Amino acid sequence: MVATIQQGGGTKIKTVNTTAITEAVARMSQEANFYLGQDVLEGFQKALDQEISITGKEILQQLIENAGIARDELVPMCQDTGYAVIFVELGQDVRIEGGDFYEAIHEGVRRGYTEGYLRKSIVSHPLERKNTGDNTPAVIHTKIVPGETLRITIAPKGGGAENMSAIKMLKPADGVEGVRKFIVDTVKTAGPNPCPPIVVGVGIGGTFEKCAQLSKEALLREFGVKSKYPDIAKLEDELLEEINKLGIGPQGLGGRTTALAVHIEIYAAHIASLPVAVNINCHAARHKETVL
Amino acid sequence: MTQIRLTTPLSDEDVEKLRIGQRVSLNGTIYTGRDAAHKRLVELIQQGKELPFNPDGQVIYYVGPSPAKPGAVIGSAGPTTSYRMDSYAPELYKLGLKASIGKGRRSEGVINALKQNKGVYFAAVGGAAALISRSIKSCKVIAYPDLGAEAIHELVVEDFPVIVVNDTLGGDLYDEGIKIYAAK
Repeated sequence: MVATIQQGGGTKIKTVNTTAITEAVARMSQEANFYLGQDVLEGFQKALDQEISITGKEILQQLIENAGIARDELVPMCQDTGYAVIFVELGQDVRIEGGDFYEAIHEGVRRGYTEGYLRKSIVSHPLERKNTGDNTPAVIHTKIVPGETLRITIAPKGGGAENMSAIKMLKPADGVEGVRKFIVDTVKTAGPNPCPPIVVGVGIGGTFEKCAQLSKEALLREFGVKSKYPDIAKLEDELLEEINKLGIGPQGLGGRTTALAVHIEIYAAHIASLPVAVNINCHAARHKETVL
Repeated sequence: MTQIRLTTPLSDEDVEKLRIGQRVSLNGTIYTGRDAAHKRLVELIQQGKELPFNPDGQVIYYVGPSPAKPGAVIGSAGPTTSYRMDSYAPELYKLGLKASIGKGRRSEGVINALKQNKGVYFAAVGGAAALISRSIKSCKVIAYPDLGAEAIHELVVEDFPVIVVNDTLGGDLYDEGIKIYAAK
């Protein structure tokens, strides 16, 4: 399903069939919901060692046990198996054959969610609200990159935490303190609702929509990996500490583990703007990636 | 921590003695319902029509389970965020509903309805959905099958673990938790 051919001019073009894309998405839809990442599990363990609330500790233990049941029995760790958010990095030397690229992804979601007994959580019209019955469509973000690989990442996103996310167009004069306050306030307002301990994805800069997308991309980063900008990496550490002082704790029942990680992505901003987006993820920080 | 064992249907006395922070193990029949089902239930109440189940003494679990695998009673079944049911819940408490189970904060309107009608709000652990399913012993759809996961299911539960978040006195465990654990 994947072939590489040498063209006359010397550029290698790789061909990927849509069947391979559908199969990869179907498989990853299930894997992302059954297997919690090792980094998140280690995050639970670390939090368990540090948590001072007895209830908080019990909850963290239950989350570890729950992840084990999901893994062993191949059942979703959470009943909300999410909106299928798909990030595609398409190498510019890749040729897709065999049909509509996006339809191949939707078909993968349709198949994965049906065959994996995952919940169908999507309504076709936001006001009429009739369930599509197969969890399609997916939300697909595509980026064209150099090279000949096709990277597909699925990040099933639960509604409860997504609903607690927020974006604000700050003034440049608000500066880093304004940014910090907006992020902490968003977490505080969310309180117990988004299933803490949470992962806080932040976008700073860009335009309104770019900023929101950055905050979602920030959630894909593995725990322990810091921003490549030293000042932003420092801000991530400071915010994590500040958020964990709020006292919200596991499930909002009190404790010192409100967030497992804060990840910030930045982009150039307009001279008039300082956009900040906070995308909150529950403790089921799910994502899977495949390179074709 | 000690657990209080309760079997549905619940009486006023059952819920009046509960206090925030207490662990409760629920047993018996409970009903599921989330956004879409609540909208329909409240429409029926407003039209003076009969509901698919009599809420008097009952417990509603805010959940939309994932589909059951072959041979399983139910799929994963953890709580959904409760505030989305806040505009509907007081109507059900007025009809004798004794408890709801979900996760996250309730509105002042719901907290008042709990005080006025002798009701409580329980939290289950959000995201511990595969673990929680083990306490669900039977499951059948009793209304609105067209809503899929949002249909009203009748569940029989055994030792279903919940914690009292809002009691009949107006207490709120989420506020208390922050008071104790917030660092200066």
